[in-house]
Amino acid sequence: MSEEKYIPKSKLGQWFDSRLPLLTLSHHLQSYPTPKNLNYWWTFGGILTFCLITQIVTGLVLAMHYVAHVDHAFESIEHIMRDVNYGWLIRYVHANGASMFFLAVYIHIFRSLFYGSYKAPREVIWIIGLLIYILMMATAFMGYVLPWGQMSFWGATVITNLFSAIPFVGESITTWLWGGYSVDNPTLNRFYSLHYLLPFLTCGLVVLHIWALHVPGNNNPIGIDVKKNSNETMPFHPYMVMKDLLALLLFITVFLWFVFFAPNVLGHPDNYIEANPLVTPAHIVPEWYLLPFYAILRAIPSKLGGVIFMFSAIFILMLLPWLDTSKVRSAIFRPIYKKFFWTLVFVVILLGYLGAKPPEGIYLILSRLATAYYFIHFLLVLPLLGRYEKTDPLPQSISDPVLDKPDMLDKFKKAAAEYEGENVGSFK
Amino acid sequence: MLDHLSKFINNFIIIFFLSVVPFAVFSEEKNINFIETNWSFDSLFGTFDRASLQRGYQVYQEVCSGCHSVQHLSYRNLSEKGGPEFSIEEAKAIASQFEVEDGPNSDGEMFLRSARLSDKFVKPYPNVQASTAANGGAYPPDMSVLAKARTGGADYIHSLLLGYEEAPAGFELDDGVYYNKYMPGNKIKMSEPISDGIVEYTDGTEASKEQISKDITTFLVWASEPHLESQHRMGFKTILYLIILISLVYMSKQKVWSRFGSKTEEQDETFDKVEKVVTEYEGEDPKTFK
Repeated sequence: MSEEKYIPKSKLGQWFDSRLPLLTLSHHLQSYPTPKNLNYWWTFGGILTFCLITQIVTGLVLAMHYVAHVDHAFESIEHIMRDVNYGWLIRYVHANGASMFFLAVYIHIFRSLFYGSYKAPREVIWIIGLLIYILMMATAFMGYVLPWGQMSFWGATVITNLFSAIPFVGESITTWLWGGYSVDNPTLNRFYSLHYLLPFLTCGLVVLHIWALHVPGNNNPIGIDVKKNSNETMPFHPYMVMKDLLALLLFITVFLWFVFFAPNVLGHPDNYIEANPLVTPAHIVPEWYLLPFYAILRAIPSKLGGVIFMFSAIFILMLLPWLDTSKVRSAIFRPIYKKFFWTLVFVVILLGYLGAKPPEGIYLILSRLATAYYFIHFLLVLPLLGRYEKTDPLPQSISDPVLDKPDMLDKFKKAAAEYEGENVGSFK
Repeated sequence: MLDHLSKFINNFIIIFFLSVVPFAVFSEEKNINFIETNWSFDSLFGTFDRASLQRGYQVYQEVCSGCHSVQHLSYRNLSEKGGPEFSIEEAKAIASQFEVEDGPNSDGEMFLRSARLSDKFVKPYPNVQASTAANGGAYPPDMSVLAKARTGGADYIHSLLLGYEEAPAGFELDDGVYYNKYMPGNKIKMSEPISDGIVEYTDGTEASKEQISKDITTFLVWASEPHLESQHRMGFKTILYLIILISLVYMSKQKVWSRFGSKTEEQDETFDKVEKVVTEYEGEDPKTFK
């Protein structure tokens, strides 16, 4: 369990490791001490790594057959679906993989919010994680444009047009993004190029994310620091590897169920209609994972205001480690924060639902209320809670969180009696 | 540990459903109820009705192909596994009924030849503009992926084909526009395409309107998802394999984790804790009682 200095056994190993410490790195990754009380919500980091690799591998194969040209893109997708060997499988894994990636990342983020994993000393992990999330959204958005269906085209038009709201330089930026005066072939080409590039930047950030994690070590459900070299931690391999693997397989089962039995349920039917700049779809909606931000965008009456609020909704999360002033990490010991947490979850899901609705009537009113609540949660509730919330007493260590409760004493007396075969109470 | 996992899965399922149910309930505008049909290809093991696909091709050829293209299908697809499965000879014969432009030949001329298995389905019009112009300003959509491009899929197509009615009183219709209760907005520029007996099935099936609609719908679902059968088959095998693998990994994980914190170790720990607490609580060392 302890991390003593590692020296390879073989002479060759020592020779190599003193020049490039790959063996030391490998040993570190295996023996990395993890708190023994991590629950299954902690398995999503590994699951996300799997998602990223899956997207890159399937994307690589798709790129061999895809043609980034407005006249051939839609057709080349159908070519992949029909004529490429198992092309349908590769494309459906890639398309549903994006949704699964976001499902996992949202769970990962909300887990962090619940257990306070963003707090000191883990602020840098949190911020790098958010950068990964932003890159993911950019990559997914550009990937959705590539099939050149109706939603691809009109989604791209709506989102790129947002930049025109920026005062003075907005129009120029939009023209620059498009490579012309509307979404057209140059736009498709550059989106393809960037869609290929960004995942590799993401990979780099993932390395930094894990590196930053391995400095302080994992947070845990109790949220108190663990003693690294004690029976409170267990080596990553084989314990966490086995646990992660089990969770990953369950996740893959859900993933593949979508791929084989409902591959198009998460997409929009309009994207099977080839892009037509002359026909606007009745409702332009982004993919489900971007809907909450889309709702915020449309909740604000002015275009520039909407754009500012939408981007703020993401960037406000960067300040979270400092907005949340409570010293207690885990929501388990924060009775009031716990209620606000679940309210936030509800509000974000509500925003997602509203993002899929036309911005009118009751939907618009609800969008505005939900948007307001979202910002109030981070800007007002969290700073104040840190000051005024009365948190429950924290345990001494993750091993005996219950011992602080005096009524547990009897239970332990009983346990001891069973062990010793005597009644501890009769000692008196 | 099983408790942990099942608790996690329970929580996960509850949260998942709480998130998804509102979408499922409200996001579909429920004002249109399509005719529900028990499609043979719908279930987890769903396969196509081969005879229905062959009849569906006949309907496409005799009724739809005058206006609608299926440009992503090739004639060879008609004989491939999981489709209508015409014999290769039949598919060749079907292809040879059509002429395609090829070339240029060695003289630099384009020429017409009869279609081969490798050719795509011949389109009724050379381009979108031509077909729009010939159809009163409404473009008859390409039907290659139509079943995936409409909310409701197969049910929508089947309902639409059977959904022609007299317009209700006061509903204004221009010339060349028809009333259809399943079309969004109820106005459609396609006149009612099928009626009882509009095709004469070679296999002797009675060509009722419902039957024709079912057959062409089946054909269109296959056209938009030609690998649907192998998708279902592979899906079933994969999930089965995963279930077995998960059980094995679960047992291995239990085995590995039992090395850490063995039973006696746990009991020792518990006793130590009790000792500590009792000491703190009673202010004495219980060991001295012995």
